[in-house]
Amino acid sequence: MDLISFRDLDKGTVEKIFGLAEDMDRQLERKKVEKLEGIMATLFFEPSTRTKLSFQSAAERLGLQVVDFLADRSSLKKGESFVDTIRTVDGYCDIIAMRHPAEGAARLAAETAEAPVLNGGDGANQHPTQTLLDLYTIRKLKGKIAGLNVHLVGDLKHARTMHSLVYGLGMFGAKVTMVAPKGLEMEEHIIHEAEKKFNFKMESRDSIDLKDADVLYVCRVQEERFADKYEAAKVKKEFTISSEYIRKGKEDLVIMHPLPKIDEIPPEVDAMPQARYFEQARNGIPVRMACIKMLLEG
Amino acid sequence: MLKVDIIEQGTVVDHVQAGMGKKVLDILGIDEKSGNRVALVMNVPSGKMGKKDIVKVEGILISKEKTDAIALVSPRATVNLIKDGKVVEKKQAELPGELNGIGRCPNPNCISTQEKAPGKFRLEGQKYRCAYCERTFRPGELV
Repeated sequence: MDLISFRDLDKGTVEKIFGLAEDMDRQLERKKVEKLEGIMATLFFEPSTRTKLSFQSAAERLGLQVVDFLADRSSLKKGESFVDTIRTVDGYCDIIAMRHPAEGAARLAAETAEAPVLNGGDGANQHPTQTLLDLYTIRKLKGKIAGLNVHLVGDLKHARTMHSLVYGLGMFGAKVTMVAPKGLEMEEHIIHEAEKKFNFKMESRDSIDLKDADVLYVCRVQEERFADKYEAAKVKKEFTISSEYIRKGKEDLVIMHPLPKIDEIPPEVDAMPQARYFEQARNGIPVRMACIKMLLEG
Repeated sequence: MLKVDIIEQGTVVDHVQAGMGKKVLDILGIDEKSGNRVALVMNVPSGKMGKKDIVKVEGILISKEKTDAIALVSPRATVNLIKDGKVVEKKQAELPGELNGIGRCPNPNCISTQEKAPGKFRLEGQKYRCAYCERTFRPGELV
């Protein structure tokens, strides 16, 4: 079994991962984790802080050894193909966690390797463990996902995490409200796929209004997406989540962000009780431990 | 009036969308090295289609898989298998549910494009989803 795309998962499998992650949370709290045996290879062909470190930390907490591949110091520099690299690494480990800038790289790796493959991001396509930890965080903090009003704010066109999150929120019956700058709206085919598959409706708004939001999920608006620098500055200001916005929302609002955050959430918000993005990042450990366990134990 | 010899053994692909005849030859894997006798007639007047292309290939009876692949570029194409100068089977091209090794992903950032891996697609409605990059494409974009 591999974990390549959130699209491959049914609700039962996602709930199984949540159950395992809860168990991992309890084991971590007791500081007594049931150990597994084996070696994880981390192959990150592009930069990563949280995903790579949390995969490595999760593996080590489970008692696995970790071998790391550094793309800029590997035989890729000598022209070795991606498939040959995967075939070689497959012989050195029991499970592979990877990220690659090309879309579908994890799928091709999974077809090539005998070891299970965990996708830590493939281009603009999928990042399934991020979606799992996002949904796990919402469920842990709010006790449920169904019926919650989740506001997605920022560049919804290019943010990889948002695409599969919409799919996951649909799967669990949340209500989704989207607010994106003009031209950076989520592509229609992604919305249609989720609507058709899970029979749920999404709403789009022109401006941020958090009165009815249970969860606010923010992602960065990247300046380089705009040809007009004045327009970029205007939009960035408009899409900055100030403490004033948050005070107008519900007291138990949960603010999430896939990180790294730059200036879309000012530092003063970090201290507010609604800000839960660092807790969200920490949830990457039990969720990735759960995924590793599930894949290694078949 | 153009005249093309009848063939004794082989395949006639009729009702090919005008201008797509060469793509049909590509799908059939026929090029200058193949050695088969081939006729490609373009822009033939057609009552149903206005204009159409016709492809005749001697010596090859094309498979159901290849017939359906022709639907990618010409959904109304019909394939006639000829033996001893007579039509022994007439098939309508239909979009296949899955494509394995037929068609290429047009996304330049797809790993199947970069690694030259055989394309894999699944039909969803009227579009094909690439098994690798998971994007969807119109059938004609894959060939």
